[in-house]
Amino acid sequence: MKAVCWMGKKKMEVQTVDDPTILNPKDCIVKITSTAICGSDLHLYDGYVPTMEKGDILGHEFMGEVVAVGPSVRKLKVGDRVVVPFTISCGGCFHCSRGQWSCCDNTNPNAGLSEVLNGASGAALYGYSHMMGGYAGGQAQYARVPFADVGPIKVESDLPDDKVLFLSDIFPTGYMAAENCGIEPGHTTVAVWGCGPVGQFAIRSAFLLGAPKVIAIDSVPERLRMAEEGGAVIINSDNEDVHDRLMALTGGRGPDAAIDAVGMEAHGSAYDHVKQTLKLEQDRPFVLRQAMRAVRKGGVLSIPGVYSGFIDKVPFGAVFAKGVTLKMGQTHMQRYLQPLLDLIRDGKIDPSFVITHRFPLTKAPDAYEIFCKKQDGCIKVVLDPSN
Amino acid sequence: MPKPTYLSDPSSTSGERPRMKSTIVVPGNQCVKITRACTIMRPAAELYQFWRHLENLPRVIKHPATITRVSEVESRWTVSAPPGDREVSWTSLIINDEPDRLIAWRSTEDAEIPNAGSVRFEIAPGNQGTEVTVSLEYNPPGGKLGAWLAKLSGEEAGQQVADALRRFKALMETDEIPTTEGQPVGEPQKSKRAKS
Repeated sequence: MKAVCWMGKKKMEVQTVDDPTILNPKDCIVKITSTAICGSDLHLYDGYVPTMEKGDILGHEFMGEVVAVGPSVRKLKVGDRVVVPFTISCGGCFHCSRGQWSCCDNTNPNAGLSEVLNGASGAALYGYSHMMGGYAGGQAQYARVPFADVGPIKVESDLPDDKVLFLSDIFPTGYMAAENCGIEPGHTTVAVWGCGPVGQFAIRSAFLLGAPKVIAIDSVPERLRMAEEGGAVIINSDNEDVHDRLMALTGGRGPDAAIDAVGMEAHGSAYDHVKQTLKLEQDRPFVLRQAMRAVRKGGVLSIPGVYSGFIDKVPFGAVFAKGVTLKMGQTHMQRYLQPLLDLIRDGKIDPSFVITHRFPLTKAPDAYEIFCKKQDGCIKVVLDPSN
Repeated sequence: MPKPTYLSDPSSTSGERPRMKSTIVVPGNQCVKITRACTIMRPAAELYQFWRHLENLPRVIKHPATITRVSEVESRWTVSAPPGDREVSWTSLIINDEPDRLIAWRSTEDAEIPNAGSVRFEIAPGNQGTEVTVSLEYNPPGGKLGAWLAKLSGEEAGQQVADALRRFKALMETDEIPTTEGQPVGEPQKSKRAKS
């Protein structure tokens, strides 16, 4: 089959590799019909995630048709159409049984690597470094899906791929970010830093959860335009003082909840850029600092943006002094798959609004470059793996 | 001869089973001590049963090892050990066996690498699974220097115990051990794998 392989910083290659096979009794194999490039794939592309190896197959947003199941698979059958969540959860451990699906104990074969850095390992991810499990990803024509009865959600309706594909990551991720804000319908003002795909879904999810006002912050005009179409008040961080503007928009109090949908590669701070380049700091927490200062007293800071290591000059005193609640982590996907599929089916949201570009899988290296450079108004790329 | 209770359950206060000094097995100042624990969401009895059938253990020990049952309490172990991955064998003797709670063992006197250990199974707080604690003591070839060198070569025993416990936990909780071995991969890893 064809698959997108990481070959080093800013270097992707489409290679012909072996087809995946069932390796464990609860595996299934999915023939992929649609797959996407995630903003977090750019952290791999830019070389900021440790324990990548040349030849690793990327991709964690994919869906398709089940073509083989292992002997212990009970619910899924060959022929089922499924969307696969980006986290791999076992369903049987302490955390899975508490709905903390992304904290799963049992799916990362390289958990020892994560333990060294983080003290413990969470759920494995598809196509996202050896530290995170080393599983081959879904920017390919087929993928092996472990714990087939726990992860994939069946989509039996005639909803097209474009409408359900983003159940694999960015829609639930944006939705959990908004849910973590503890929105009181009609009362809670939410500020969202970063209008990439996760930010876009966070904005729309905040409205779905009843937020009367959502403020969107970015510097890319087409992203701001998309946020505005979603109902947000926008702040262009290139032209305006974000803090002052936020205070003006919230009666001087600051937003009730802040969402950092940017993460470790924020722009705006030369200090962090230099330190990250010199490997003195793994992440660039510029947005995090701004959000910590702006969020109101007693408010919530919700962080769906990915951080991978150590950060500098974080105004911890600010969030302490204001009694701010911090909520973060990988998305507990299984909590959201069915409820969000219902919202899509009921026409409450059509996630395909975020798609700006389509390429055949074989053009993935070009797609990565265009997405990374935000060229041509690129916000979300969908790849077609069919020949 | 009284029944030895090396590394017996500390909560056990029975006077009938005097403690055997660990120095009998492993010379004290040269040994490496390792303790690793994990919580497994299965009943202690089930976990004990798996462990008591020692021939099950190679399934969870990633490091190549063969374990042959010699008698109810005796087993023959062969592992490759640093430096240079040479084979080391010894006979292990179960010296304390409390069903569903504890298994303790030590090598017989003629072992090249004297070692001893125990695995304890305790009900976790709130009856939320079983806390499994493995303790190992061994006298590494080359003493502490040997252990240090082994650590540098990535063969550190503490990591091996942690890995084995994690795999044991996965197998008990999910009936399988997570793996990526045999999955597709691109070049240059593909050729490297084909060679090895």
